[in-house]
Amino acid sequence: MTKTWNNKAWFMVLPVLLLVAFNAVIPLMTVVNYSVQETFGNNLFFFEGVRWYEEVLASSRFHAALGRQFLFTFIILAIEIPLGVAVALAMPRSGPWVSVCLVFMALPLLVPWNVVGAMWNIFALPDIGLLGRSINALGIDYNFTQQPLSAWFTVVLMDVWHWTSLVVLLAYAGLRSIPDAYYQAAKIDGASRLAVFRYIQLPKMSRVLTIAVLLRFIDSFMIYTEPFVLTGGGPGNATTFLSIDLVKAALGEFNLGIAAAMSIIYFLMTLLVCWVFYTAMTNYYDGER
Amino acid sequence: MAQVKQDAARNRGILLRDSGPAQAAAGASDRAAGTRARRRRGREGGGFWWIVPTLYIVFLMLPIYWLINMSFKTTNEILGGFSLWPQNFTIESYVEIFTNPVWYNGYVSSITYVLINTVISVTVALPAAYAFSRYRFLGDKHLFFWLLTNRMAPPAIFALPFYQLYSAIGLFDTPWAVALAHCLFNIPLAVWILEGFMSGVPKEIDETAYIDGYSWPRFFVKIFMPLIASGIGVTAFFCFMFSWVELLLAKTLTAVDAKPIAAVMTRTASTSGYELGLLAAAGVLTIVPGAVVIWFVRNYIAKGFALGRV
Repeated sequence: MTKTWNNKAWFMVLPVLLLVAFNAVIPLMTVVNYSVQETFGNNLFFFEGVRWYEEVLASSRFHAALGRQFLFTFIILAIEIPLGVAVALAMPRSGPWVSVCLVFMALPLLVPWNVVGAMWNIFALPDIGLLGRSINALGIDYNFTQQPLSAWFTVVLMDVWHWTSLVVLLAYAGLRSIPDAYYQAAKIDGASRLAVFRYIQLPKMSRVLTIAVLLRFIDSFMIYTEPFVLTGGGPGNATTFLSIDLVKAALGEFNLGIAAAMSIIYFLMTLLVCWVFYTAMTNYYDGER
Repeated sequence: MAQVKQDAARNRGILLRDSGPAQAAAGASDRAAGTRARRRRGREGGGFWWIVPTLYIVFLMLPIYWLINMSFKTTNEILGGFSLWPQNFTIESYVEIFTNPVWYNGYVSSITYVLINTVISVTVALPAAYAFSRYRFLGDKHLFFWLLTNRMAPPAIFALPFYQLYSAIGLFDTPWAVALAHCLFNIPLAVWILEGFMSGVPKEIDETAYIDGYSWPRFFVKIFMPLIASGIGVTAFFCFMFSWVELLLAKTLTAVDAKPIAAVMTRTASTSGYELGLLAAAGVLTIVPGAVVIWFVRNYIAKGFALGRV
């Protein structure tokens, strides 16, 4: 669609701008402020320059949290995206079952995040939970409150439970937008199921899949509540992801400078990834127009 | 070329969906042909295509079933042993929640700030999304990106500054504080979704309306908003959803009066030992509003998750 140049459109975005700026700029500047100052209480602050940043970037604790974060995000993307696409491909394309499927699949997305954690906690407890009990019955020693591996398994499974539906819904929306003529043409050409997927369905889904990867990356990168309720970041620090570590430093240990510097670094990383995805996406749209 | 055709098809789809009975007949014959084609495809994929979604849904329902199961047990029974369904069926936990003001006030305050937030987000996002979908203006792309970054900023970063900010302006521990704070990620999301839906409406409609002498506000309310009604519904649903499930900020910005239900649950879990039955019942009740809302938007939900851009 061609757009007209009109600077008066600024008036239409002004309310949005003010509200979001109030919520984004003021707190962000507060964080920036903390990140360059040292305090000894009594509201006395001293300028410290980039000392906190140096400390955070050199600390092995931050590296460990960051490593865990990337590993987690990578694992859940590697599971959720293919699984979501597979489920979407297998879903009925029309009929009464579509609504039923969609409603059931969307359900986990509307469960408050701490309830997700609590639910998985009682589901996975080794003595009274269905999952924990079943795994132990299979002869595998499983206790997510004590074994790091079990904890990871539970957190990943919980995230798959919670968010794969998002990928399913996105991929399904993409699949539904494919006109039947495409499939008929493929049939006349005698295309195999694989070829239909590779040359018709995948390209038509690429736009929504980009959104899916973007949203899943971002949301898993800032995951806090669910693992916090489920494992509390433990056992030890095994499931302490970036946000959990950040809140621990800020509210638990009251290391304001460290926490703020960590926030800024964390925020800049998210920003960078967003920018890459956003550029890729807008280029894609512009190419389509 | 194929692209042009497909765009045309997409636009036609939108018009069909929103048009009156006159075009419905044509649409019906189209759809019938589509259904036939789909049935043929379904057979080609083998007869077992339904197994995958079924297994997936079973997987999704298991933890929820377990939660419901627990909510009908007494705490003693839960801790005492393992059973697939309640042996001593009890609704004690639910009675406790509905009679104890601490519990039901949690629900009331959660719903209050979620509704306030949904109304604010959709209202301010509507004109902004229109501006982004119809006009180019100084810094528009940068502004759009900046909005998106706020959807993507980890709330953990903002927890402490938010606490100070809302204490400073005297809104701490009111539903308004949470409602306004959730605007941080809900307004960008609302703009994003609405912009997708609005871009699907051909610009000729605007131009025709202006020629017919409509002013912008009148055109927007009388003609444009009905055209994207489904998009507005979906947007409201998403604002509701993300405000409903968020806890970190909601917990940080409230103390006693406006405590959301999710925070009441956390407190119960930590202070009064392990009242698992009660916790489970409260959990079940937090799922109910979501399930009700999904039912209303079920036909648009897939498109909504694609941010209106399919």
